[in-house]
Amino acid sequence: MTAHARTARLSRIGWGSFAVIAAVVTVVPVAAVVGGILQPSTDVWRQQWDTRLPGEIWTSLLLVVGVCTVAVVLGVGLAWLVGAHDFPGRGFFTWAFVLPLALPAYILGFVVSSVFGVAGPIQSTWRDLFGRDAWFPEVRSLPMAIAVFSLTLYPYVYLMARAALRDQAGDSFSVARSLGASTGEAFRKVVVPMLRPALAAGAAIVAMETLTDFATVQYFNVDTVTVGVFRIWRGSYDRDAAAEIACLVLAFAVIAIMLERVFRGRARFAESGGHGAGFTRRRLRGAKAVLATIGSSIVVILAFGAPTAQLVAWAYEEQTSPRGTPLTDQFPEYLRHSATLTLCTVGICLLVAVLTTNGLRFAPSKVVAVAKRLSTIGYAVPGVVVAMGVILTLVGLDRFLGTFHRGLPGTVATGSFLALVYAYGVRFLAPSVTSVESGLDQVPPDLTASARSLGSRPATVLRCIHLPLSKGSMLTAAILVGVDALKELPIALLLRPIGFDTLPVWTYNLASESRFHQAALPALTIIAVALIPVALLSRGLDRRSSE
Amino acid sequence: MTTPPPPLQVRGAVRSFGSTRAVDGVDLELHAGELLVLVGPSGCGKSTLLRSIAGLVPLDEGSITVGGEVVDDGRSNTPPEHRPVGMVFQDHSLFPHLTIGDNVAFGIRKAPAAERKAKVAELLAMVEIDHLAKRYPHEISGGERQRASVARAVAPHPRLLLLDEPFAALDPNLREQVRTQLVNLLRATETPAVFVSHDQAEAMALGDRVAVMRAGRLEQLGSGPDIYDRPVNRFVASFMGDAAFLPVTQGDAGPQTELGPIDAEPSSAAREAVIRPADVGLEADPEGQSEVIDSTYQGPTWTYDVRLPSGAVVRSTRPRSLALQHGDRVRACLDTTAPALVQADGG
Repeated sequence: MTAHARTARLSRIGWGSFAVIAAVVTVVPVAAVVGGILQPSTDVWRQQWDTRLPGEIWTSLLLVVGVCTVAVVLGVGLAWLVGAHDFPGRGFFTWAFVLPLALPAYILGFVVSSVFGVAGPIQSTWRDLFGRDAWFPEVRSLPMAIAVFSLTLYPYVYLMARAALRDQAGDSFSVARSLGASTGEAFRKVVVPMLRPALAAGAAIVAMETLTDFATVQYFNVDTVTVGVFRIWRGSYDRDAAAEIACLVLAFAVIAIMLERVFRGRARFAESGGHGAGFTRRRLRGAKAVLATIGSSIVVILAFGAPTAQLVAWAYEEQTSPRGTPLTDQFPEYLRHSATLTLCTVGICLLVAVLTTNGLRFAPSKVVAVAKRLSTIGYAVPGVVVAMGVILTLVGLDRFLGTFHRGLPGTVATGSFLALVYAYGVRFLAPSVTSVESGLDQVPPDLTASARSLGSRPATVLRCIHLPLSKGSMLTAAILVGVDALKELPIALLLRPIGFDTLPVWTYNLASESRFHQAALPALTIIAVALIPVALLSRGLDRRSSE
Repeated sequence: MTTPPPPLQVRGAVRSFGSTRAVDGVDLELHAGELLVLVGPSGCGKSTLLRSIAGLVPLDEGSITVGGEVVDDGRSNTPPEHRPVGMVFQDHSLFPHLTIGDNVAFGIRKAPAAERKAKVAELLAMVEIDHLAKRYPHEISGGERQRASVARAVAPHPRLLLLDEPFAALDPNLREQVRTQLVNLLRATETPAVFVSHDQAEAMALGDRVAVMRAGRLEQLGSGPDIYDRPVNRFVASFMGDAAFLPVTQGDAGPQTELGPIDAEPSSAAREAVIRPADVGLEADPEGQSEVIDSTYQGPTWTYDVRLPSGAVVRSTRPRSLALQHGDRVRACLDTTAPALVQADGG
């Protein structure tokens, strides 16, 4: 073997190993949680089973089914409304319907529970009008939680349904109409079946986001399994028990993904990415047009406009109040924590994504391809499972290093910055890999081959050709991951080291102490940052629809 | 004094994808300064062979030697960046974020700036696009892009240039012009080259030698006239151009075909004669035994399909002075006495 051939083999192994290492590092925490169930702590289970667990499981089920149903109906309905009809304000609503993505459920949750709560303005007015004992629907309840989640999560379904309507269903709808089907018939028999894969995928994301939450649900006194995990962990720091209960959350997630597969069936049209002619939009007239505009306005106001306005009002009152707001002084510190964490997460996710996707290009093999897919598993695993898994993994690693009289720095067992970044990385690697990969897909393999046969080593090709040509997708990856990481609450609540509170944690803490006025500023900051990808998404919608 | 090693030697090259043997035992040797065209129908393995030589597809078995240096022995292989081989791809593959000048300079980045500049200018001038050095690939035409791509591949002075159907996307007029420039450039730089094509006319026009491939195997290797006039089997005969096949029989005066006697060994009985359209003479004759069943006007010539008494159909290309109609009776004969002979069941 020549020296060149030997270095080449080493280089191939090196490039291939990035994906394999990423996959192992990502899969181990999940495997640790699943593995824990093999040695169950029976007394914990018995105690849980005799007390809260059955109720928690039932509540989780109701919550997820309820949110998925409402979000799908709302998302598809709105997509159909703006996709196939014309009415005053349609252009505005097309992108305004995406805005709620910038408003995390834990923010909308506290605004709703405070405004509609017993002490809030709505109930006070109600009592003034109808007397002290007038009936008012219970705010801290499951239906209200379902409403809040649905209003924040429906955009996922809306976006997917909208893309499917635009790219695929348009032509078929026209054909069905020309074959004599009425609008309603064509919608039911042609459009809805074609949307099925998009709906399944959208609903799966909605289910995952709902499952992973344990902050919002607590505003509404809804005890889910995820809350159970949080309670056990924060109450007793019994990581094994918490991880085992987290397994139940994972089971819910797995069921959701399996249901998606079943529901989607063998249909693959949503992925074929065709570009149909789109819909010829039907112009709504008279009462119908008015109804469409008013209905759309109500959704946008309820899901985004009103809560944001309320937050602005609170923040303004707080800043101008003569009592002074010492809490604002802490704002820079929380901001710094959030920024540090977000930047670290973005950096790691981008680095890993670039190395794994390029590794597959430079050292193509089945193993590397599978490893790259495995490394994106974190997005399909609820945050609470990732968090518990990371704790188990780090504790295991610590013990292992202990046999060599070494240890990990800090107290990994109860949360550390390392654990936090690790968990964020596992959770958010998927969007990063997907974006970077789509960028690299734009670079034809022959371009890579050209550069190499002109004498460039893989690392040089990466630096001189691949990176400059996929700058855009790397920026997209950075924004998607960055905003997700900035918004993330459950993992931060579970794993943050003492004194390292992020903006979402601060918001949540203030809100749970009913200090809504003070929570408004960090909440608004999160919303402002989260609007960046929403704006990018809307621009994408516009660009595509103007084609 | 020893003779320098050949620029390229391929020995028993085998490469499979799944259960398909894309390259199935190919032996090939390139002479100094030679332009060899690899030709064959799509899927015959010619591109895979080329990519193996470039180092983009490792061999399963066999070996590849470039300029005396083994770059692939079926077990280990030198990566493309360490092979003294340049490659031009079908879709030009210029780097879209670099100017034409920077593209050409990419392979000689490590050379001193002045030398690099001079080299780029010289090469661009050779392919007559020196005025486009500051442009980006998307700002120039397809033909110009392909020329830039050739200049880029030649810049690092490869010992061997590989071209994978580089002109397939160009329109025919442009193709001929770019082809001429390519040949001039190769001659000027004395670069031996392997050129892949699926177009037999291009192969014969361009190649010092032509290699015909089918199903991963090398069917024949020789000069253009060699391959056209002396094909080794039916496949090569019909792939390289229009051909009809007539059985050779033993007549009173020796071997003959339906079109007349031929010069051949008496043992040629089990063979077939390759009948090229240019070799079939026609004469209008109401008493003739053959019939024109189709005629196509092609400008300078007419092409006729003629059914012989046995039912066999041969094609004939005649000057336009001879105008025959569908249904005309003709006498057909062979203008040559030495047609190529191939094995009757030679596939």
